[in-house]
Amino acid sequence: MIRTTAVALASLIFAGATASGTASAAEVGPVQIDQSRVAFVSKQMGVPIDGEFRKFSAQLSFDPAKPEAGRARIDIDMASIDAGSAEANEEVVGKNWFNARQFPTAGFVSTGVRPLGGGKFEVAGTLTIRDKTREVLAPFTMTAQAASVQFDGSFVINRADFGIGQGVWADFDTVANEVQINFKLVAAAKK
Amino acid sequence: MPRSAAAGSYTTTAVALHWLVALGVFGAFSLGLYMHELPLSPTKLKLYSYHKWAGVTIFLLALIRLAWRATHPAPPLPDHMPRWQRMAANATHHLLYVLIVAIPLTGWLMSSAKGFQTVWFGVLPLPDLLDKNKDLGDTLALVHKTLNLSMAALVSAHVGAALKHHLVDRDDVLARMLPFVNNKKVAQ
Repeated sequence: MIRTTAVALASLIFAGATASGTASAAEVGPVQIDQSRVAFVSKQMGVPIDGEFRKFSAQLSFDPAKPEAGRARIDIDMASIDAGSAEANEEVVGKNWFNARQFPTAGFVSTGVRPLGGGKFEVAGTLTIRDKTREVLAPFTMTAQAASVQFDGSFVINRADFGIGQGVWADFDTVANEVQINFKLVAAAKK
Repeated sequence: MPRSAAAGSYTTTAVALHWLVALGVFGAFSLGLYMHELPLSPTKLKLYSYHKWAGVTIFLLALIRLAWRATHPAPPLPDHMPRWQRMAANATHHLLYVLIVAIPLTGWLMSSAKGFQTVWFGVLPLPDLLDKNKDLGDTLALVHKTLNLSMAALVSAHVGAALKHHLVDRDDVLARMLPFVNNKKVAQ
């Protein structure tokens, strides 16, 4: 019992140290993953289908006074995908889609942030899915709450740019090329 | 000469609606049986969409039919029919009316509960009546299936009875619902 507690404590302290380590240069604290979301909307036969990734990690460093210095990195566990149904989940981790066995993670790494005015910003960065890396631009807003800061944004990618949906799925008359990515990242407010 | 119920026949509109719904039900039912065993593929997604579009169309036609039927009484059943047959005919017709509304409705609700919005012909989005809920979706799938099997049984009885009227009783019960058949009573 005592040993278990000690191990738990140690891992808590360790987790705290890592998290504060990655966010040390920021005006926001560690990302609160349980309140954050990386989701997407695909279109099948004209029908929007909601999906999301249940496991991902994110590091943010952002100061609204110096947005240009902001940085973000998001790593997504591709096997954690929920594409809207059990049948779809089984399909999309396969070779024609994300090939999660060969490419277990996808990631976004920012290259720059610029203010758009009115509490809006735009982050530029590289998005890597499978073995393809593309430049993307994502506008986002920042909302400060009492104990946390929330970043919301979205952008559209073309699945074909990343080789997502090959073989019989390659044409766009059932599953559209455009996929909207929506993200909500909540970080603890830095005192 | 336009047909009218007063002359012992169905109106042309009632006949047209009957056969449009019959065609739709036959198509959507067969498609439903076929598609749901398919492995996931673009074809399967397309067939599911076609099935849903057909279902919404049948639902609308069924509503029009009910409104038409409410304002245009059906011609009376032949005098020779015993009481139990009249009751069976009435019950079957009423249940079929219920099912052509209830089956598309449960399909729509199931789709909604499973998290797939129905977009009619890929253009007109129907409101999602339920929030995504897997258990509810599975229950509605079972309801949809059960209602369909019930309908298949009733349609068999309906078709069988119509043929019996035509071939055994040799009355005009089938003929008066057929398009392009000049009903004798109307002609007189």
